[in-house]
Amino acid sequence: MATATQELQKKEATSPEGVEYTSSRKVFTPAVDIIEQKDRTILIADMPGTDEKSVDITLEKNVLTIYGKVEPLVPEKHGLVFSEYGIGDYHRAFTLSNEVDRNRIEATVKNGILKLVLPKAEAAKARKIAVRAEA
Amino acid sequence: MLLSDLVRFGRYLDPWSEFEKMNRTLSGLSSPSGREFPAVNVWKGEDHAVVTAEIPGINPQELDISVAGKALTLRGARSPEKAAEGDTFHRRERWYGKFTRTLDIPFDVDADKIEARFIKGVLYIALPRAEADKPRKISIKSE
Repeated sequence: MATATQELQKKEATSPEGVEYTSSRKVFTPAVDIIEQKDRTILIADMPGTDEKSVDITLEKNVLTIYGKVEPLVPEKHGLVFSEYGIGDYHRAFTLSNEVDRNRIEATVKNGILKLVLPKAEAAKARKIAVRAEA
Repeated sequence: MLLSDLVRFGRYLDPWSEFEKMNRTLSGLSSPSGREFPAVNVWKGEDHAVVTAEIPGINPQELDISVAGKALTLRGARSPEKAAEGDTFHRRERWYGKFTRTLDIPFDVDADKIEARFIKGVLYIALPRAEADKPRKISIKSE
């Protein structure tokens, strides 16, 4: 079994108060890993049912929004008799700091996993300042 | 006949209604999350059942699917994201680890004809009912 302490169930996305989704389909919050490396930040999201064509990533001002549309693959002439998970879209938004180089963001989707590489802007990279001994 | 009797009788006839109860018992309710991993959906057709599970990121070659009679077992693992020295995890919500899940299908499965597909991180297993297990229609002859 996977780690017991982690929440394994899909979580339905909560929209800000007063704001609703126009379609009635379910929307889930994908689980993510965010790893900061020396010169980039990597965001990995579990979005089963999506591929490179069905994921939309938008960056407006500082807000990075991920939306994955899922077309449910329902077996023909079959009825659902037992259900432990819901099927729906994915939606999650993050506020980025200014240090991301917006032009070089890369996104890939493989086996239902979205991987976003957010390179750090030149200015934000930590610079080592050499300390010289005074003559 | 009371309505409750009807309901009970109706349920008794349908093996699928017992499905959830059985699988709950099999999985054991002792696990902290209350449910086993991966979560599955089961679809029923005329003489097929389709089991689907969302297990993104696993290598389909490393997923082990086995059937013994009525029991379907899924075994697999996903390794955690590797972090090099100096990397910091801001968030770590995704699951990783090994999993085993056994489901009891309410009919004998024809193990040779099982088809499994892995599409966009979702596993689909089509389980045909074994020929010997199919219900037979008995015709009544009139004298």
